[in-house]
Amino acid sequence: MQRFINNPDEVVEDTVKGFIKAHADILRLSEDNSRVVVARSAPSAGKVGVITGGGSGHEPAFIGYVGRNMLDAVAVGELFSSPTAKSFLDAAREANNGKGVVCLYGNYAGDNMNVKMAIKLAAKEGIEIATVVANDDVCSASPDEREKRRGVAGEIFMWKVGGAKAAEGASLAEVRAAAQKAIDNCRSIGVGLGPCTLPAVGHPNFAIEPGTMEVGIGHHGEPGVRVEPLKSASEVGKEMADIVLADHGLSPGTEVAVLISGLGATPLNELYILNDSIEAAITARGLKIHRTYIGNYFSSLEMVGATLTVMALDEELKRFLDVDVTCPAAL
Amino acid sequence: MQTFANATAGSIVLELADTIIDNRAYLSEIDGKIGDGDHGVNMAKGFGMTAERIRGRDMSLTAALDTLGTVLMTEIGGSMGPLYGVMFIQFSEAIEAVADIDPKAFANMLANGLDGIQSIGAAKVGDKTLLDALVPALAAFNAANAAGLSFADALDALIEAAEKGRDSTKAMVAKIGRASRLGERSVGVLDAGATSCALILRTMALGAKARLTAA
Repeated sequence: MQRFINNPDEVVEDTVKGFIKAHADILRLSEDNSRVVVARSAPSAGKVGVITGGGSGHEPAFIGYVGRNMLDAVAVGELFSSPTAKSFLDAAREANNGKGVVCLYGNYAGDNMNVKMAIKLAAKEGIEIATVVANDDVCSASPDEREKRRGVAGEIFMWKVGGAKAAEGASLAEVRAAAQKAIDNCRSIGVGLGPCTLPAVGHPNFAIEPGTMEVGIGHHGEPGVRVEPLKSASEVGKEMADIVLADHGLSPGTEVAVLISGLGATPLNELYILNDSIEAAITARGLKIHRTYIGNYFSSLEMVGATLTVMALDEELKRFLDVDVTCPAAL
Repeated sequence: MQTFANATAGSIVLELADTIIDNRAYLSEIDGKIGDGDHGVNMAKGFGMTAERIRGRDMSLTAALDTLGTVLMTEIGGSMGPLYGVMFIQFSEAIEAVADIDPKAFANMLANGLDGIQSIGAAKVGDKTLLDALVPALAAFNAANAAGLSFADALDALIEAAEKGRDSTKAMVAKIGRASRLGERSVGVLDAGATSCALILRTMALGAKARLTAA
């Protein structure tokens, strides 16, 4: 393995150590839990706490979205593994300022269970936790089983909208509703060209044959809907946009935000190459792009591939998207 | 009828910790074939932390199981932390008021743990999970009791069924959790959760057997 690591069992500790050093002006480590990252601005008076949590290896997600007008605290899990119930609880404690806490996380079995336990534990301390479970990955289940779909890069828009609504001083129910509306308006798809390896395991636990691409791949290599011969970027970009928009069913004239994220080992220039055909496919349907985000926003270790997220916007979502934030990830 | 004393049986949990720690590499190796290879490491971490907290203290089985469940639930994470955490906490709750554990109390304990798992997880028997060891083990224990076998013989039946259940996962397609992404490719490999569950049930059954006295 050609990797910058020390001990493969301490990849998360070492990541967090370096991360805190780099962004000490924006955030800090919880004094009670070395797996909880807290915004310097949290908890702020009169504001609902906004938290998330998830496995590591997706950087800048999840920790990179901690900051002003974004997430107040994040529970950090092992690589690709849910944080503990205690870490979700400690994140809620750090973020809580009496108005309750909204936990905006992705639909994965471990996260669901640990958040559920954290809610019970927090209730005993009088901290109310409301949740929104992201399910924007269109290929992970059919439209009539949307509740089974996994959460992917649409989570970033969910955090941005939830964070902005909370910053306005809205109630817990209002923040929850805004974040729910954001994720309900998101659809995402991933295409994988190469697998990734957990350093402690030392070999990839799935394969993508050279010359092929996996359409609909998940953030941990969950299988896609089909494996196809690798096509040109123009064709791949159009296919990604078509799958997302077919699921979305938006009327012409709708404004959208577009987020194209690399999965870890795809160069940025290739994301721009993809965007050329993605933009064309979106505008060909009469949709208007309000804003485009391109970069490594939500990665999967060194997976080769990209995800596309399209969020349908109304005036409120547009306003929240444009709120200025201060967090390590560029938004 | 045979029973064992709750008040002095906390050491069964130390035996569980030894078993899991001894099998750390084995469990990770199985998990690495179709999962992410951290099952042994995470389990050994949680059981080891528990052993440190209970070693040298004379604990009841109720208290020791609660300590184990709480550590797994709050400090291990992933999916196995909460699943085994809730199982051991509910084992503990079921025998809270029981001084001398008889077959009925032991069966109630297993059933309550199973309820806990099913209350937070979505797996069914046949999905290639720890339930494929736990559910048949409980059924075999209940059947042995209904057939009038001694507590000791019923515990042997439980061990045998747990291990048979574990082995049955080899032919199964994973339906849930990380291994489910592999679909048919998960066939031919034991499920790591069913494997650790069979080890846990075997150790608990042997621990109970070694402590039985005629009431």
